[in-house]
Amino acid sequence: MHIREQIRHHIVENFLFGNDSLADKDSFLEHGVVDSTGVLELVLFTEEMFGITVDDEESLPENVDSIDNLVGYVTKKLNCLCEVDARTSGEL
Amino acid sequence: MSSATLVHDFLQQSADRHPGKMALVSDGRRMTYADLEALANRLANALIAHDVGRGDRVAIYLANCAEAVIAIFAALKAGAIFTCINSTTKFDKLSYILNNCRATALVSHASRRDMLARLCAQVPSLKFVALAGVEGDEKNMVSLPQIFQESPSHRPPRRGIDIDLAAIIYTSGSTGRPKGVMCTHLNMVSASTSITQYLENVPEDIIINVLPLSFDYGLYQVLMVFQVGATLVLERGFAYPAAILNRIEAERVTGFPGVPTIFAMLLQMDLSRWDLTSLRYLTNTAAALPVTHIQQLRKAFPQAKLYSMYGLTECKRVSYLPPEELDRRPGSVGIAIPNTEVWIEDEEGRRVGPGEVGELVVRGSHVMQGYWELPEETARTFRPGRYPGERLLYTGDLFTMDEEGFLYFVSRKDDIIKSRGEKVSPKEVEDVLYRLDGVIEAAVVGVPDPLLGQAIKAYVLIKDGAGLTERQVLRHCAAHLEDFMVPKYVEFCDSLPKTSSGKISRRSLRA
Repeated sequence: MHIREQIRHHIVENFLFGNDSLADKDSFLEHGVVDSTGVLELVLFTEEMFGITVDDEESLPENVDSIDNLVGYVTKKLNCLCEVDARTSGEL
Repeated sequence: MSSATLVHDFLQQSADRHPGKMALVSDGRRMTYADLEALANRLANALIAHDVGRGDRVAIYLANCAEAVIAIFAALKAGAIFTCINSTTKFDKLSYILNNCRATALVSHASRRDMLARLCAQVPSLKFVALAGVEGDEKNMVSLPQIFQESPSHRPPRRGIDIDLAAIIYTSGSTGRPKGVMCTHLNMVSASTSITQYLENVPEDIIINVLPLSFDYGLYQVLMVFQVGATLVLERGFAYPAAILNRIEAERVTGFPGVPTIFAMLLQMDLSRWDLTSLRYLTNTAAALPVTHIQQLRKAFPQAKLYSMYGLTECKRVSYLPPEELDRRPGSVGIAIPNTEVWIEDEEGRRVGPGEVGELVVRGSHVMQGYWELPEETARTFRPGRYPGERLLYTGDLFTMDEEGFLYFVSRKDDIIKSRGEKVSPKEVEDVLYRLDGVIEAAVVGVPDPLLGQAIKAYVLIKDGAGLTERQVLRHCAAHLEDFMVPKYVEFCDSLPKTSSGKISRRSLRA
């Protein structure tokens, strides 16, 4: 599954209980998808699913508060990881 | 300190005293007292022009935003009574509340227009609906931005006196229906005056509020800030703690009111990444902080005073622990707030001595008027006091007091759950569960949770072959309940324990 599909699947299954009407650009908070503790769960899922670390100061609406934002953030983080891997293995 | 008699004097006096001072920072907007008051006047004049007046109810159904603050003061300036409704409230309950108080006006947001159109058909008392987030008037609904441009900005003539109602604050009741606590101007001014006194609020304070204005703890942050002429930083919530910490740092916030869930989330973070030295105090209420969290918070915020407090909507606030007492009595919620008297009674109405458990009773000018149109429930909780016309508040909370008069919370007398600091009626959640096809019996209890205080757990007995899944149950709950009322756990069972009279025993499920 692509990043977007994985994220979307998780949100729909765990926060919307199967209701698939949320658009990718919709704010989770404004649409009542997650509340304050829901964001913590979402961050935890993101870390486990994609093997990244979401630093405290990165847990911001611009990174996390919609499917689009989350996809953009995860993609950026994964790209950073790839660069680091590439650098350490001497490919760059 | 102000000499306000009416709640909106808080805004008017601060606007007169220092019109150019920053009153509100919200959503990237900064508004001075003069700006904010002018907008409140414009909306007040529009309400009056639409025949909304003294004693009428104005409902505010908005997430935390400048418009919500403006609407509160506009309603008061028109002589009306405001009621803030949690923005996650769903259609059925919203309709119940508006019909219960027979609201004549509603201030909301354009994103809700479809739901509001349905609502208007069900709430015959509504004659004025104003929407934020829309430029032009729509069918039966007027544009708030247009009112802010076109309605006159002069201060409307003063209406009402301090024994008039200023607000109705809905709170969860054991019956499952929300109860409207009736608050006069005098009640609210008294409560705000007392709290700002012991918190030593000053005009230089910058208070951040992440709590919903439907919750009295959040609402009073607005009132207190405006009473002393300080600055309010208003946030939608605490979902993104890093964003709040950024804001505290950037705005040099001095006061941070929270509940245990918020502080528990903060303590999971590496706070050394932010400069939080501007914080002069933290306050906690709604549920007790674990003693270990008190210790950790003091270490994380060494320069800030930490106030442990206790209160309930029926009188706003009862007690606070002077911060210098924290080390000696970390488990206490302190002493009566200024201008308040408290004691503990046993079931026969006798005052009990130190260390004995009984119900906490409150006396003071902040004891509210009772529950809107619920005379029996009012009589149970608000009982005659020492002098004619006086009401004592029977809190329904069991307490003990030590030799020196410091209070310790023991438990509630009823089954009300406290989750994330908000009161949740198990009956209200059960009523929603019973509306789901296939549910035969349901019981809802609070279970201990490190983050939420209590998490909501639903026990459900379903019809054979109904085929309900946990997800379906949760989805149904999420569609009908405010977010803090949705169960965290659902357990299907073959039978539910009963009392000798055949009622489901929540007590056995909790045990």
